[in-house]
Amino acid sequence: MLLEPLLLTIITAATPLLVAALGELVVERSGVLNLGVEGMMVMGASCGFVVAILTGSSILGALAGIGAGMALAAVFALMTLGFAANQVASGLALTIFGLGLSGLIGADFVGARRDPAPKLHLAGLSDLPFVGPILFGEDGFVYASVALLLGVSWFLWRTRTGLMLRAIGDNPISAHALGHQVLRVRLLAILFGGGCAGLAGAYLSLGYTPFWVRGMTAGRGWIALALVVFSSWIPWRLALGAYLFGAVTILQLYAQGYGLGVPSQLMSALPYLATILVLVAISRSHGRGAGPASLGTPFVPDH
Amino acid sequence: MLIELERRSAPSRIMMLASPAIAVALTVVTAALLLAAIGVDPVHGLGVYFIAPLSTGWSLQELAVKASPLVLIAVGLAICFRANSWNIGAEGQYLAGAMLGGWFALAYQTAGAWWVLPGMLLLGALGGMLYALIPAALRVFFGANEILTSLMLVYVAQFGLDYLVRGPWRDPHGFNFPQTVAFEPAATMPLLLAGGRLHWGVLLAPLAVAVAIVFLGATLRGFELRVVGMAPRAGRFAGFDVRRDILLAFAVSGALAGLAGIIEVAGPIGQLLPTLSPGYGFAAIIVAFLGRLNPIGILLAGLILALSYLGGEQAQIALRVPLDLTIVLQGALLFYVLACDTFILYRLHLFGGRRKAVQRAA
Amino acid sequence: MLEARGIVKRFGDLAANDGVDLAVGEGEIHALLGENGAGKSTLVKVLYGALQPDEGEIFWQGAHVEIASPAAARALGIGMVFQHFSLFEALTVAENVALGLPTRETLRSIASRIEALSAAFGLPLDPARYVHDLSVGERQRIEIVRCLLQDPKLIIMDEPTSVLTPQEADLLFATLGRLAGEGRAILYITHRLEEVRRLCDAATVLRQGRVVAGVSPRRETAAALARLMVGSDVQPIEHRAARAGAPLLELRRLSLPPDRVLGTALVDISLSVRAGEIVAIAGVAGNGQGELFAALSGERPSRADAVLIDGAPVGQRGITQRRRLGAAFVPEERLGHSAVPHLTLSENVLLTRHGTGGLTRLGFLLRGRAAQLAAEVCAAFDVRKPGRDPEAASLSGGNLQKFVVGRELLAEPRLLVVNQPSWGVDVGAAVMIRQALVDLAAQGAAVLVISQDLDEILEIADRIAVIAHGRLSEAHPASALSLERIGLLMGGAHPESVPEPADAD
Repeated sequence: MLLEPLLLTIITAATPLLVAALGELVVERSGVLNLGVEGMMVMGASCGFVVAILTGSSILGALAGIGAGMALAAVFALMTLGFAANQVASGLALTIFGLGLSGLIGADFVGARRDPAPKLHLAGLSDLPFVGPILFGEDGFVYASVALLLGVSWFLWRTRTGLMLRAIGDNPISAHALGHQVLRVRLLAILFGGGCAGLAGAYLSLGYTPFWVRGMTAGRGWIALALVVFSSWIPWRLALGAYLFGAVTILQLYAQGYGLGVPSQLMSALPYLATILVLVAISRSHGRGAGPASLGTPFVPDH
Repeated sequence: MLIELERRSAPSRIMMLASPAIAVALTVVTAALLLAAIGVDPVHGLGVYFIAPLSTGWSLQELAVKASPLVLIAVGLAICFRANSWNIGAEGQYLAGAMLGGWFALAYQTAGAWWVLPGMLLLGALGGMLYALIPAALRVFFGANEILTSLMLVYVAQFGLDYLVRGPWRDPHGFNFPQTVAFEPAATMPLLLAGGRLHWGVLLAPLAVAVAIVFLGATLRGFELRVVGMAPRAGRFAGFDVRRDILLAFAVSGALAGLAGIIEVAGPIGQLLPTLSPGYGFAAIIVAFLGRLNPIGILLAGLILALSYLGGEQAQIALRVPLDLTIVLQGALLFYVLACDTFILYRLHLFGGRRKAVQRAA
Repeated sequence: MLEARGIVKRFGDLAANDGVDLAVGEGEIHALLGENGAGKSTLVKVLYGALQPDEGEIFWQGAHVEIASPAAARALGIGMVFQHFSLFEALTVAENVALGLPTRETLRSIASRIEALSAAFGLPLDPARYVHDLSVGERQRIEIVRCLLQDPKLIIMDEPTSVLTPQEADLLFATLGRLAGEGRAILYITHRLEEVRRLCDAATVLRQGRVVAGVSPRRETAAALARLMVGSDVQPIEHRAARAGAPLLELRRLSLPPDRVLGTALVDISLSVRAGEIVAIAGVAGNGQGELFAALSGERPSRADAVLIDGAPVGQRGITQRRRLGAAFVPEERLGHSAVPHLTLSENVLLTRHGTGGLTRLGFLLRGRAAQLAAEVCAAFDVRKPGRDPEAASLSGGNLQKFVVGRELLAEPRLLVVNQPSWGVDVGAAVMIRQALVDLAAQGAAVLVISQDLDEILEIADRIAVIAHGRLSEAHPASALSLERIGLLMGGAHPESVPEPADAD
């Protein structure tokens, strides 16, 4: 059956996008635009891989990826919250910085190989035809991404802190006047986003393609950012978008494999072209003002 | 919070000038620390990185050759950023310019006529401009975020170039290497000085700086772009067409990036290859901010970033330092500039030191 | 109940509060009076814990307290109703209220408490609705309900009536009286003197960060209170007789859809403003004033013959072309609309005069002329500024407003459209601007004033129309309209259901 491996690869292709975009969704819901997802992701990929090679543990690798993403996010938080610097420019700086630093860290590990993170195996369940491998035979990252999706939805709409975070993204001045800690909440959101991006990156080098290449994120961080816009800042739509993009990515690979007479470069460019199309379509129907009202605006409390 | 910002009553003129200098100094310190961390003597390393490239005539020429695309692109980006249009796809526009201009060279260079090179430059600028107008139009007519679309188009341009040099434009006698034929003299930038790489195209960078100074500072249209960037509502109130201004800003910056692309191809590179830029389009963003979006500042900042490229190459050869160190330093430099710029508008207080400061003032 | 002693709060070199004393007693409605910039808001923020004072002490029910945060203030029993509402548009009423409460109560239980309280106080409010759908009056109710749900002993109200119709204000006064009757203290911040005399038991007057008087307002006249606030006598507006001439601005069934999701549609607006008269448009904020201004100025195009300036259909023409016909415009927002905050004054002159003021040649700016024009504006309107040609943002509200009004008046317009001419400026600047509008009309120009300030409208307007829900009432002679009738129209009552004014002769 062809469909089963196809679905499996689509899920693996979609998972890093979903994880990184979920983190960024929380960040943007708090009113901060962190364009540095690509940089945090690639740092997660490199640090995750290096630690996994050195320790032999995928879990420690994933944790290292999370840590690396958060460390970079902390720099971004210092810039945008501490110094109230321009968020767009700071995000770009983060991407450039992350690409370089990940290259330095991973330099000695180019060409190293290890087994991908193990898949779950539940006796009986995983052996079910078709649904078995898809539902019960994924690696830990995939289950983590689903848990993250549910967790983020629950947090944003069912908890008081989630309500506070949304309120801060809507109007930080009011939130401050009511005594909410705008900068603290934003700091935590940024760190969470960094952790997610780092985890997503670690998945790339530990699960998706179990080796490290410089710049291996190849724009996935940017696509994750576009997915957040596509989702209108709603998590379940984000999941929809991520799986859609996973499908585009995988189908173009299959198409290249079958050699349809279309230049392979055009097929490779498809995910990026699709991103542009999606942005156009969604912006057309929503207008520019669909996001959190304070998105991208620095907040400086008066003391 | 450990950091408290207090707004100054007026922007600090001293910090406006000092901020880029402090940022560069902090970057040098960072470079020393990183070099030490990877086991290179920092003093020696800094010498290779920042002093050696300035010590020979050859490398000074090389500095100018590397600075010129950075300055050209950054001048355009500064105009764009000042109009609050976030074109971060200059790398793609650079490639688009190189491709369209390169096509003209491949098609007509055998004519050997005087108009080949001007035609290439013109089409290079046109290619970059048209490519930049895509994200601009998508923003103006559909409201699509120009940051993301312009960046996506960088990847698309890279794949496009890759296709051309591996496919239809590949040099049939090039042993299957992905490259076009080498450009004829008619399609190559004449050298300024014999024996170096300094070519006439380098002069376009200071020219662009001069034109940008006049445009931004002395013309109504330049004023219009600045107003629209600072306060779009006030721009509409002034009777300015915000949509047209966005298109204009992107067109100008795309044209300059495309020009930079074709100059590189017609100058130092001499043919189309799958890789035409060591990330000039992104480094130019740093140049634009380091120059505080001011054309003169950009001229200086372009030289500094060019130095980092040159030093990076030399350090790679002499010290076996990975080229990524340069990228790290460039990213750090942008961080430092942005952080230092904060002090133009704000005073900083650490650990609640503010109250003491107030009491002193009283 | 609450006593503040020697409060000092500095921002940089400016002492916003400079040794302020204040005492509010149980069951007392205490007015805090002062001009814009006198330090009222700063003092209130200190009392509510949103700002920490540099010096001074606060006593609450006799005990010395440090109010470290708004949450601490709420825990003590201090509640606050903000002037610029601290609401979240994208959230529901119940969520908004929850964000101001210290408890971990569920939204459902908060919603039922909102319903109970709003029923008890006659302040109808649906907890499930989103704030962006609500009117200004309803939004204020959220603030009040949020405050009352915490059972505060002291309620701070910052300029609560500035956005209400007279009828809504009466309702608010009744609520306040009832709250005071329950023994709660109310600190009432305003610059509306008649309200203070009617409502308040005591008043503290602030000027330039210091307390200048503590008075019993019922024993003072409004003029005496104004003198205390301003520090000198307030000049009355001098009216000069002018004969109304030909219509210079005409609106013919102007309709425009909203330009953003939560905007107001303009419906069938007709109006004519003649040479030599001031027509005022009254209305509660958010009823289409901004949209109407944009249609008049040309920032938004409309049907060609829906707007006529001096007889020429200009609906499809841009703002520069309308300026060339002799029209001038002053929007509501000073920073970001009438002026660019971080451009200098001479560059800000270019903003509206580049097409008409001879300030460009062949596309190049004539900066010398622009600077000269800026200097003329500043001299003519007594604009106080730091430095020769400072950034617009460095001017105080009143001085910047004098600048942007002066910039238009020096062009000697035949038609002036101005939105909120004296919103948020000091009394001196307000008087100067109003006088300038009256003088302009007397010289034969047509003046259209859009304002939420009824006092201002009654002071200068010859005729008054009211805008509500994007519809404009007929314009009536000012002398023929009672405050009550204007209030009913502002509340959106259908014109036919409002009793006709007594015949004016």
